[in-house]
Amino acid sequence: MTETPFVAVRNLRRVFDVSKPWLNRMLEGGQKQYLTAVDDVSFTIRRGETFALVGESGSGKSTVARMVVGLMPPSAGEVVIDGVPINDPRRAADVRALRRRIQMIFQDPYASLNPRWRVERIIAEPIRAFSLSASAREVHERVGELLTLVGLHPADGDKFPHEFSGGQRQRIAIARALASKAEFIVCDEPTSALDVSVQAQILNLMRDLQDRFGLTYLFISHNLAVVRHMASRIGVMYLGRIVEIGGGRDLFVRPQHPYTRMLLNAVPDIAMTGRLREAVQGEIPNPINPPSGCTFHPRCPFVFDRCRREVPPLEAGVACHAVAEGRIAAA
Amino acid sequence: MTEPVLSVRDLKVQFVTRRGVLKAIDGVSFDIAPGEVLGVVGESGAGKSVTGSAVIGLIEPPGRIAGGEIRLKGERIDNLSPEAMRRVRGKRIGMIFQDPLTSLNPLYTVGEQLVETIRTHLPLSAGQARRRAIDLLAEVGIPAPDRRIDGYPHEFSGGMRQRVVIALALSAEPELVIADEPTTALDVSVQAQIITLIKRLCAERGTAVMLVTHDMGVIAETADRVAVMYSGRIAEIGPVRDVVKHPLHPYAVGLMGAIPSLETHADRLVQIRGAMPRLSAIPPGCPFHPRCERAFARCAVDRPEPLDRDRRKVACHLYDEAHAEIAS
Ligand SMILES: Nc1ncnc2c1ncn2[C@@H]1O[C@H](COP(=O)(O)OP(=O)(O)OP(=O)(O)O)[C@@H](O)[C@H]1O
Ligand SMILES: Nc1ncnc2c1ncn2[C@@H]1O[C@H](COP(=O)(O)OP(=O)(O)O)[C@@H](O)[C@H]1O
Ligand code: SF4
Ligand code: SF4
Ligand SMILES: [Mg+2]
Ligand SMILES: [Mg+2]
Repeated sequence: MTETPFVAVRNLRRVFDVSKPWLNRMLEGGQKQYLTAVDDVSFTIRRGETFALVGESGSGKSTVARMVVGLMPPSAGEVVIDGVPINDPRRAADVRALRRRIQMIFQDPYASLNPRWRVERIIAEPIRAFSLSASAREVHERVGELLTLVGLHPADGDKFPHEFSGGQRQRIAIARALASKAEFIVCDEPTSALDVSVQAQILNLMRDLQDRFGLTYLFISHNLAVVRHMASRIGVMYLGRIVEIGGGRDLFVRPQHPYTRMLLNAVPDIAMTGRLREAVQGEIPNPINPPSGCTFHPRCPFVFDRCRREVPPLEAGVACHAVAEGRIAAA
Repeated sequence: MTEPVLSVRDLKVQFVTRRGVLKAIDGVSFDIAPGEVLGVVGESGAGKSVTGSAVIGLIEPPGRIAGGEIRLKGERIDNLSPEAMRRVRGKRIGMIFQDPLTSLNPLYTVGEQLVETIRTHLPLSAGQARRRAIDLLAEVGIPAPDRRIDGYPHEFSGGMRQRVVIALALSAEPELVIADEPTTALDVSVQAQIITLIKRLCAERGTAVMLVTHDMGVIAETADRVAVMYSGRIAEIGPVRDVVKHPLHPYAVGLMGAIPSLETHADRLVQIRGAMPRLSAIPPGCPFHPRCERAFARCAVDRPEPLDRDRRKVACHLYDEAHAEIAS
């Protein structure tokens, strides 16, 4: 069990400056404003595992994803992949070597595929960038292989992205991610823009590829059922923090944090016709001015005085004073 | 049997384009009873929204209703003049769309918009209408409604705006509410609040609801009956429990199995091969046949008409008595 994790995220934090421009502040008054999008987020992912982050809009999932792949520097904390801290300037050479092994897939495959390039060139780009194949012919063959692997036809390489449906474009994005022989793929809402029958195709494909190549996934979604289906371990985010983290089964069968309980209670599920649900209170507060202490406290049915003062630390997988003090019966 | 609030018979909607006539809706029939919620599901492009727009008379050129009948409490509304239809909308049919901002005018306060709608349709004084608007806002769960009534739409959060739209849709006491993806733009924790609200308010008033969404979970929990649409037709329609738990039509079977569930944990999801056809290339016979695992010769030639089976209607040749031997 002491195996070193493939991906380790430690105390990650990201603050955005959301102030009005300097001149406006001078003329209209007003202070600098900051938004803490991600705060003290830590998790690890074992090689070959799928770890998921789930949370409602604005909870900080995409911001974590961007920091994990190195698209955005953290304000604090670190991301260590296969032993290499990716934001450490002293390890620049190692980080460069790591690039090829990390890829990202986005929600909108159209936005991430160059519309003026043919699919062959899109998929070949990482092969060329990382000098993985020698001759043009080898590259062409490799692209054909990759297209077949994701359920497309080698001849599709001649087409442009707009000639494909959303699901097919996501297949192209996956082929491109695999082109560099990636080992770790960060998937940010990869199926949220797709219809359910197409979503099923893509989720099945992602699983098959994982089994085949031993891929490690960080899988991000707001859809609890999709996350449950894909991940062995899950972190639940609320206003920039992980409030509960645990194995998929535990989390869904015995949720502990009041927010997790509320979410599970709120999701409409196809297996639950005719079910009565408890009313969920309130909405997500403004992240620029989050509530004090536990940011969930204005909506929490178990709130007590300590919650308004102290931020609950993540202990034994749950960040909640009431759980820590044994005030809430197990679900 | 009580008279249905909405009755749609063999509705056809077409879009005339340079590439030819696109049949967006091709022979759709259904009823909604008073106080009943009919869920309409299907993947994007199936024709859910066009069906809703046809009912409220908002098909814009180059689109047109090319056939069939739409009746509201027995009275035909598909051939009304635009002026007469405008009066039906708002008064007799309330509307809730995905983006609450399409239904709200950013330049007027919530109260001004509610009072105007109420007074257009009900014989009330300004004071009475304002009183009623405040009551409605309270009913849809807006805190401090007597203060919030003077706020502008942008001062409300997404969930609160959708509550205001619901108040607006119900303000003239309509007989029918058409809700097209009313929670798709909202957070999960707010979705459930809104769905429960629509269901409760309409049940209390005996209002019929047509709830259009691609979210089967929402339908499973809210609708009394559900229509599964595919390529501009209804593949299967019936009581929600039956259709969700034991679908008959091969497309409905695939669709239900493709949806990951929190309750039932499957290792692999059911996969329907291919994707929904484009309107310009709808296959002959059964439009689902190129994707259907159970298709047989007749499917590529004959169009399946809705057949009565187990309290529902299923448009699939497998359920045609004459072909029972093939189906078994
Ligand atoms: N570049 C930025 N500048 C300012 N604020 C930002 C920026 N990027 C993200 N934020 C804010 O940070 C918070 C977290 O955003 P993020 O995109 O990570 O959320 P998310 O969980 O991915 O949400 P969604 O489900 O909507 O994709 C939000 O409040 C967002 O508005
Ligand atoms: N104005 C239009 N012109 C041409 N085709 C249209 C128009 N509006 C809708 N359609 C087509 O009609 C079909 C049904 O659309 P719609 O009802 O919006 O589907 P959904 O089930 O996703 O709500 C789609 O193929 C769509 O492209
Ligand atoms: S810390 Fe307090 S407010 Fe926060 S979730 Fe736990 S009980 Fe609720
Ligand atoms: S009619 Fe034929 S093709 Fe269509 S759903 Fe039934 S079996 Fe499949
Ligand atoms: Mg995001
Ligand atoms: Mg639609």
